[in-house]
Amino acid sequence: MQDFEPKIIAFCCFYCAYSAADLAGSLRLQYPANIRVIEMPCSGKTDVRVLLEAFEDGADGVYVLGCMEGDCHFLKGNFRAKRRVHQAKKILDEIGIGGERLEMYNLSAAMGPRFAEIAREFTERIRKLGPSPLNKKYASANSTKAGEQE
Amino acid sequence: MIIAEGKPLVEVAGLIQEARKVLVVGCGGCVTVCLAGGEKETGILAAALRLLRQKEGNPLETVEVTLTRQCDPEYVDMLEKYVTDDVDAIVSLACGVGVQFLAERYNKWVVPALNTKFAGGTVEHGVWEERCGLCGECILYKTGGICPIIRCSKSILNGPCGGSQNGKCEVNPETPCAWQLIYDRMQALGKLDLLMEIQPPKDWSKSRDGGPRKVVREDVRLA
Repeated sequence: MQDFEPKIIAFCCFYCAYSAADLAGSLRLQYPANIRVIEMPCSGKTDVRVLLEAFEDGADGVYVLGCMEGDCHFLKGNFRAKRRVHQAKKILDEIGIGGERLEMYNLSAAMGPRFAEIAREFTERIRKLGPSPLNKKYASANSTKAGEQE
Repeated sequence: MIIAEGKPLVEVAGLIQEARKVLVVGCGGCVTVCLAGGEKETGILAAALRLLRQKEGNPLETVEVTLTRQCDPEYVDMLEKYVTDDVDAIVSLACGVGVQFLAERYNKWVVPALNTKFAGGTVEHGVWEERCGLCGECILYKTGGICPIIRCSKSILNGPCGGSQNGKCEVNPETPCAWQLIYDRMQALGKLDLLMEIQPPKDWSKSRDGGPRKVVREDVRLA
């Protein structure tokens, strides 16, 4: 499994993780190129559906980065994200993809090194778990929303 | 409103095991408010079902639609354009009423994605409690606005019973004794004397007696 390069999606809160990623860059810190950063206005914007669809669209692992507890710009967004991640983990366990492929971390905008550390830590975890069961065999299934049909 | 709760994902998936394309239909009524079957939950269920089937190597196609209400024919009709020949099943995220309305209207295999629980309300975000027993003849005026039919575990009309302990019910120590609540409320209102009247046995013929119930309002009928 050494040559397996996981595809990882990182949903990053604009007020902390996104700036931390910027800082990590300015500090010239090295971290795996496996992560794809998605900017969120707040980690509380994260929805269970979005997390599930990331897996559906081919992610091997997904993590959400929110502000330190108590420091959310919108007061409670990171607590909400935490609960939703927990809910999505349960669904992933039920499906058999495994809740351990999803995680929530907290950090601040000043924690560039921590951002790089999380990226390394999580990439390592997914590398050990191997490809998502969906990526082993099948490409994404068809889906349409009512609005998109018209 | 009617309070419902999602069935386990694996159970729902089992009900549509044979289907290749399903309509996942949410409801904009009660189940949206109790966060069980609205547009968001419809999306989550559809995504989870697709993931599950994809993992099993038997991909599922889903089409998501959320109707304003599934208990009104005019809204149920709006689903027609999505009920195409290649749709093998319809998964309804409505209460039992919605599921039946869809099944009556469309010649498809309709399955419920929720368990319909009770008539209740939101006591805090994410917590719903039963408040009405749908008994068909309201007696709340006799009991200070607290229903002994559904909130008393024994539905007794002349309470409390001997199982009322420190304001809690013997059936579940976390449930408040409805008759304790009624007594306290009537005392606060200065109407304790109303409780002195012995209540005769309830006329259950207004309830489930005689099969399914029906309400007809001649003044508002169109035909």
